Amino acid sequence: MTIFDLLSHGFIQRALIAGSFIAVLCASLGTFLVLRRFSLIGDGLAHVTFGGVAVGLFLRFYPMYIAIPIVMLSSVGILKLVEKARVYGDAAIGIVSALGISVGILLASAAGGFNIDLFSYLFGNILSISNTEVITSILLSVVLIVVISLFYHELLAITFDEESAKAVGVKTKTINTILVLLTSLTVVLAMRVVGIMLISALLILPPVTALQITRGFRKTILIASLAGVLSVAIGVFISFAADLPTGATIVVMNFLFFVCAFIVNTRKSHVSGPDHRSARRV
Amino acid sequence: MPVDILTAQDLIFRYNSIEVLSNISFHLQAGDYVGIVGPNGSGKTTLIKLVLGFIQPDGGTISLFGSNPVDFSEWRRVGYLPQRINSFNPSFPATVREIVALGLLSTKGFPKRIGKTDESAIETALSLLDILDIKNKLIGELSGGQQQRVLLAKAIVSKPELLILDEPTTALDPEAREKFFGTLHDLNENEKVTIVIITHDTGTIGKYASRLLYLDKRIIFYGGFDEFCESAEMGTYFGEYSQHIICHRHDRLRL
Repeated sequence: MTIFDLLSHGFIQRALIAGSFIAVLCASLGTFLVLRRFSLIGDGLAHVTFGGVAVGLFLRFYPMYIAIPIVMLSSVGILKLVEKARVYGDAAIGIVSALGISVGILLASAAGGFNIDLFSYLFGNILSISNTEVITSILLSVVLIVVISLFYHELLAITFDEESAKAVGVKTKTINTILVLLTSLTVVLAMRVVGIMLISALLILPPVTALQITRGFRKTILIASLAGVLSVAIGVFISFAADLPTGATIVVMNFLFFVCAFIVNTRKSHVSGPDHRSARRV
Repeated sequence: MPVDILTAQDLIFRYNSIEVLSNISFHLQAGDYVGIVGPNGSGKTTLIKLVLGFIQPDGGTISLFGSNPVDFSEWRRVGYLPQRINSFNPSFPATVREIVALGLLSTKGFPKRIGKTDESAIETALSLLDILDIKNKLIGELSGGQQQRVLLAKAIVSKPELLILDEPTTALDPEAREKFFGTLHDLNENEKVTIVIITHDTGTIGKYASRLLYLDKRIIFYGGFDEFCESAEMGTYFGEYSQHIICHRHDRLRL
């Protein structure tokens, strides 16, 4: 079977289109999160998504529609815990994440009948994505990418240093809230691509890959997006051809890109000497 | 007639009910160069955070260009170089140009765009600090001295009237430190920028600053360096020997 045969399938086309948009979104947002050392918020909010999906299934509503407001509220909750209760960021993520998982488990246990549905959200299946979901993914991805673009410099300023960002008039609280709300929506969107368990990989791996080899913030986002899209495309093809789980294959492809970038960076550092960025910690 | 830049009146700040700053009053006019000195934990950085509206006082008032800092919006008039970039990661992927451009956000509305028209302001700031040749380098690739100059370029790119620096020379070697103080001196003399600098180096700042504000939870001294050296009260506070050491060093460094 050639690549053109694969592309003739509607479900492959849908997976590639939706997956690519979501990959660009995850890579763009992930670059800010990774550099703010806030990478694990994606993981924490993914766990909350599990709870939100369980609530949706329990109430017999479309789970994504229930998960979105719950995850958004939880993301603001994480910020409030840090700000008001003086809890460290990672601890706040841990609290909200554990609560999300607990709610999901309790509801799954109480309902007893939707465990199979819940597992499909846990591990994702981009190949079964519907036309409506493709359109929703494209629209939401475009809107979120536009929002990131509108606030690009403010996001860069708080990522570099929050205090000096305040002194150039950036409303840091507002920008932080925008960042976590964007992350919430992205996590819920990415759920269908790789599943709840692996969402954080889409947010973390493409940026850390790009950080190995790029110079400049915009270029980092561009390379991260490219790595994300290629991982989705190759992952979709390989998983279909070899009958492997698509989400996990996409994540493994992302990891392989990271290994390649790491090797390229290491080889460069041998050529350029100790001043090169071989010791970059990302 | 000199323009009023900053006025603090009877400032009080408490942290967990412990008074960190008591009855702080001082006044700054355009063109002043004030060195804030004092021991660790004396409230120097807290005072700066109050001035910039990052935290609010428990008592007293501050006027920054005639406004309460909490409501202050003319950030283009202020340049700030913080003590340590908290989240600064040596592998941060931004170039020098991208970092300096962030200083122009105070001059922008929404959406905040940095475009080609801003290039000349960025290049002017980089040229002023003699780092134009490294504008495409990553900030993490630079030495500590170069990084501080980049951050200073970011602080001055909007041509602020007031420049606030919190221990900017801590990580610099003596040569880089002298060069940095020389640059600040030029900004004050030639560009008429009002400067407030926190430093532990009382001797060196005495060479440059028009006034010293010695802080130890309250203002111990506020005046010129010569006055500081001649003050019997400071002699009692520091001990005459310590006062002599600080002032003798100043004599050796005097321009």
